[in-house]
Amino acid sequence: MDELIQYAPDLGEGFLNNIKLSLIIAVFSLIVGTILAAMRVSPTPVLRAAGTAYVNVVRNTPLTLVLAFCYLGLSDTLGLIFSTEVPLTNSFWLAVLGMSAYTAAFVCEALRSGINTVPMGQAEAARAIGLTFSQSITLVIFPQAFRAVIAPLGSVLIAMIKNTTVVAAAGYTVDVAAKMRETFDTTGVSIPIFIGIVLSFLVLILPIGWYTGWLARRLAVAR
Amino acid sequence: MTENGDVTPLVKLEHVNKHFGALHVLKDINLTVSRGEVLVVIGPSGGGKSTLCRAVNRLETIDGGQIIFDGQPLPEEGKALAKLRSEVGMVFQSFNLFAHKTIRENVTLGPIKVRKKARDAAETRAMELLERVGIAAQADKYPAQLSGGQQQRVAIARALAMDPKMILFDEPTSALDPEMVQEVLDVMIGLARDGMTMMVVTHEMGFARRAANRVVFMADGQIVEENTPDEFFTNAQTDRAKDFLSKILTH
Repeated sequence: MDELIQYAPDLGEGFLNNIKLSLIIAVFSLIVGTILAAMRVSPTPVLRAAGTAYVNVVRNTPLTLVLAFCYLGLSDTLGLIFSTEVPLTNSFWLAVLGMSAYTAAFVCEALRSGINTVPMGQAEAARAIGLTFSQSITLVIFPQAFRAVIAPLGSVLIAMIKNTTVVAAAGYTVDVAAKMRETFDTTGVSIPIFIGIVLSFLVLILPIGWYTGWLARRLAVAR
Repeated sequence: MTENGDVTPLVKLEHVNKHFGALHVLKDINLTVSRGEVLVVIGPSGGGKSTLCRAVNRLETIDGGQIIFDGQPLPEEGKALAKLRSEVGMVFQSFNLFAHKTIRENVTLGPIKVRKKARDAAETRAMELLERVGIAAQADKYPAQLSGGQQQRVAIARALAMDPKMILFDEPTSALDPEMVQEVLDVMIGLARDGMTMMVVTHEMGFARRAANRVVFMADGQIVEENTPDEFFTNAQTDRAKDFLSKILTH
C-alpha cells in the first residue's frame, strides 16, 4: 500500500499519457473509420474494394503486430519519423498512428452495421430530392447510422482505451502499463499497485459506458 | 398548361426495356407525358408500374431505349443526375420522410442544400406548403409522431418545396389505413387542378376518374391500353383490361 502511494505520481503520469493517447486516437479513428465506412458503401467499386481490403487486413492483425510494424517497419526501416530530437515523441505519434489505423477498422464496421439499420427508402428519398451521394451520406444516412451505433461505438472506444496499455510495442515506454512493470521491478510489490491501476481504469471507463448508453437512448431515431 | 406554347412532351420514353435478372419487367415501353398532364398508371401487381415510375428519375436504371426529360436524355450519374432529380418530385408508397429530422427540416432540406436557398426563405416557403397540405401545426414534430396520411402529405410538401417540373407518385395511398386515403387524394386532386404535371401509379380508380387526363393500363411489363379515363373505365378495348376492371370494380 505504501508503495502505491509512493509511486502514485509516477504511475499517474503514465496514466495521463494513456488518456492523452486515447483522446487523440478517438478523434483520428472516428474520422478515418467514417471515411472507410463511406468507401465501403460508395457506388465506386474501386473505393469499395479498397475499404474492404483495408478492414480485412487491419482488423485481423494483432494490435501488437500493427504497433511493432509502425515502430520497426515504418519508422526504423522506411524512415517515417515524427521527431528527430525526442524519441518518445516519435514513438508517441507512431503509437497514435498504429492504434488509429487499427481502431478505425472497428469504427468502420460498427458504422456499417448502423448503415444497415437505415431503411433503403431513406437513401432513395435523399437522392430523389437531388442530394448528391456525399450529401445523402452526410445529411441523411450517417446521422441515422451514428445514432443506431452509439452504444457499439462506445464499446469500440472502451476497447481502444484499454488497448493503449500495449503501446510499448511501438516504443512508447512511458504509459501506465510500462510504468507498472518498472514499479514491480523496483519494489517487488505487485497486488496493491495492480489494484490501484485497475481502479483508475474503472473510474475512467465506466462513465463512458453509462454516457454512451444514455446518449444512445436519448438520440434513438423513432421509426 | 403549356409554358410559352411549348408543346414538346415533358417526358418521353422510347423503346424502354428493363430486366430484373431473367424477368423482363419493362417491354419496349413508348410513352409521353405532356406538360400539365395528369397520367395515371394502373394495372395488376408485378406488371411493371412502379418500375416505370421509378425509371423516370432513374431510381431504376434501364437496359435499353431512352428516356427524354424536358428535351434532354436522362443523365447517367453524378451532379447532372442529381440536378435532374431535383426537378422531378417523388412521393413514395412508404413516405420515406427523413426519420431524424423534424417535419419542417424535411421540407427545407432540399431547398437549402440543393437549391442553396437562404434558410429564412426556405422556412417561410415550407410553412406555406405545410399550410397548404394541412400539417402546419405539426412542423416541429418528427415523422414517427404523425399518422400515415399526415406523413404522406408532408412528403408531398417536401416534393413541392423543390418547385419541380413534375411529380411522380408511386402508389402513394397503398400503405395507408383506409380512413386516411382521402386526405392524401384531396391534396393530389388539388395539385392536378393547379396544373402540376403528374405521373401517378395507383389503385385508386376514383382518383383516376376525377383527376386523370389519361389512363395507362400496364400488365406483364407492357402498356396494354391507353385512353381517357371515361373511355377506359366504361369501354375498355382489350380483354386484359376488361378482366382487370371486372375484378376491381365489382367486389
